[in-house]
Amino acid sequence: MSKCPEFLTAAALASALVAGPALANVFGLGRPALPEEIAAWDLDVSPDGTGLPAGSGSVEDGEMLFAEACSICHGDFAEGVDNWPKLAGGEGTLADKDPLKTVGSYWPYLSTAWDYVHRSMPFGDAQTLSADDTYAIVAYILYSNDLVEDNFVLSNENFLSVEMPNADGFILDDREQTEAHFWTDAPCMENCKDSVEITMRAMVLDVTPDEGDAAAEPAPVQDVKAEPAPAPEQTAALDPELVAKGEKTFKKCKACHQVGNGAKNKTGPTLNGIVGAAAGQVHGFKYSKVMKAAAEDGLIWDETELTAFLAKPKGYMKGTRMSFAGLKKDADIEAVIAYLKSFPE
Amino acid sequence: MSESSPKNAPSRRQFLTGAAAAGAGAVAGGAAGATGPDPLITEVQDWARATGDGVDATPYGLPIQYESDVVRRNVEWLTADTISSINFTPIHALDGTITPQGCAFERHHSGAIELRKQDYRLMINGLVDQPLVFTYEDLERFPRENRIYFCECAANTGMEWAGSQLNGAQFTHGMIHNMEYSGVPLRTLLEEAGVQAQGKWVYVEGADASSNGRSIPLEKAMDDVLVAFKANGEALRKEHGYPVRLVVPGWEGNMWVKWLRRVEVMEGPVESREETSKYTDTLADGTSRKWTWVMDAKSVVTSPSPQAPITHGPGPLVITGLAWSGRGAITGVDVSVDGGKTWMPARLAAPGTDKALTRFYLDYDWDGSEMLLQSRARDGSGYVQPSKAQLREVRGENSIYHNNCIQTWWVKANGEAENVEVS
Repeated sequence: MSKCPEFLTAAALASALVAGPALANVFGLGRPALPEEIAAWDLDVSPDGTGLPAGSGSVEDGEMLFAEACSICHGDFAEGVDNWPKLAGGEGTLADKDPLKTVGSYWPYLSTAWDYVHRSMPFGDAQTLSADDTYAIVAYILYSNDLVEDNFVLSNENFLSVEMPNADGFILDDREQTEAHFWTDAPCMENCKDSVEITMRAMVLDVTPDEGDAAAEPAPVQDVKAEPAPAPEQTAALDPELVAKGEKTFKKCKACHQVGNGAKNKTGPTLNGIVGAAAGQVHGFKYSKVMKAAAEDGLIWDETELTAFLAKPKGYMKGTRMSFAGLKKDADIEAVIAYLKSFPE
Repeated sequence: MSESSPKNAPSRRQFLTGAAAAGAGAVAGGAAGATGPDPLITEVQDWARATGDGVDATPYGLPIQYESDVVRRNVEWLTADTISSINFTPIHALDGTITPQGCAFERHHSGAIELRKQDYRLMINGLVDQPLVFTYEDLERFPRENRIYFCECAANTGMEWAGSQLNGAQFTHGMIHNMEYSGVPLRTLLEEAGVQAQGKWVYVEGADASSNGRSIPLEKAMDDVLVAFKANGEALRKEHGYPVRLVVPGWEGNMWVKWLRRVEVMEGPVESREETSKYTDTLADGTSRKWTWVMDAKSVVTSPSPQAPITHGPGPLVITGLAWSGRGAITGVDVSVDGGKTWMPARLAAPGTDKALTRFYLDYDWDGSEMLLQSRARDGSGYVQPSKAQLREVRGENSIYHNNCIQTWWVKANGEAENVEVS
């Protein structure tokens, strides 16, 4: 790199003479980014609203969307399920022991919530929400935090009028001032303390994972190899292309469901051997009431039932905890079922 | 807690088995105290008679089966799902300074994706003269640098703020790795696009579903930030951002965006989720620090430690550990065996280098009595690693990130060690 600065200086002088501000195209590599490409990727939204598309969404619509797309992890009222993030509550707790940090209690800018929901949520199905849906979901999150009324409609027009309670709660990194005493050229070497007592022990809490577990599990590399290898008779029966297509479609399911060696129950149950199996039987998974009832009635997940369920889960079984909206294309459903068949047990 | 008590039993058993085996070795095989000829020497062993694997057995090698416990581990209760989670480097079992990619900790927010080089695009846009798109092949044609840097998650040691919690250096300090990166300075790419005068920040984001966008001041972006595509000589692993990741030396790991897809030159910061709701540090009074990018000087004794007990009894003992600083090079490490009353300078395996791990050793004659083992790092800026009490005095106990306190291992007379806090 030692040659570069000289080269750049020469280039800078040259372009300055031509009144161009730039050192651009020093190496002439890459190609100009097209406006459509920039529009597709440049989605970030800044605190002053730069980057917000035109649109609007109501608390009312947001509540429905939230129930469908977000509540499986964040709870119906944005209160959070298990270890998933709580999005509401916690006002006034920041100075408490174990503060509750939510969009309402902690986040300084509303743009952050809009940007994140639009770009990275729902988990496992990111970048599928329209601008209006995003406004609606963010409006509902505000409502869950008691920051707006139930008839509120959020839009790019009124976006900046929403006041975030913790907007002034942040200071810039001040370690070099408040921790200036950590810079000391001659640290103590002898007689630094009169006495030393043990004041806390990790063994008392006892929350360290057992090492035997991790060591006994196969290495991830082996896992990957093991997964796509179905039993020989299955290979004969299944169309490999369809299975491969199903594997891609299954990405939509992966946030909640695992298959293959070492699969564990997550937000949803494991799906090994699910095709043709009795419903509601995966060991250790807490099913919804309706699923338990269907299981008692003897529901079998044959291809017909699975197809109907996957097309519109909540339509097929009102009250199921599976929040997924459904697979719109029959071809996708067929492929996913083929993929699931490749995990006979 | 009643449920987790039995969980701890196996590791305890493991330790005892290990100690027993070592003890047996000392009787049967110890060179000095041998009571009889060692069959490992007097009898012809299988490996000395038969032959081993051919060169076609392992086109790409993994560690031998006997090292199968030297693996990344996660702490299940920390996060809701392993797809958005972290695991820990087995630093207690490694030596030297370079972390092998296969056991270097992972942190993803939407899982480790698979992105082919052919499908890779990097866009530079925003306040530049010419927005550009680069392919992977384009990146390989820019002048390249090789640099060794540590990458530490800001949350490393974060579970220890309120008290000793996890019993092992892997879990308390394993959100770190140290690799040799090959890549192109971000400065070179920005200059190729031509940064305009109003540009003061860059916003960097990944191609994965989380995007993990972060804002970085232009000054840092033009300084030592690398757009890296190789680590330790080979392609990045998918879990570390294959094919291209950002390397932001000395700054918190969250900014080292993986699967880097876009760099936007901006006038101000985006204030993304990762730099407001996360990676900010709440103080005792409820106000929070933001833009705490630099990782302060820190060190830890990796052995002996809870997962690496002393199994050989009194006598020569190698005390070793790692030290690092985001503010420059490590200039010295002191070790205490009495909980910080007195300190001894440790030996650095090599002079510290800028924002990289430094290995230290203290060659110690252990008398078999219990120790409260600590290490304390110093860096080129004159910063001395603080105690947990000193940190709490300024920050309170509600921080999650940037816990660089002095760690204490209570090494007992039987060689077993435990994570403790001392006065």
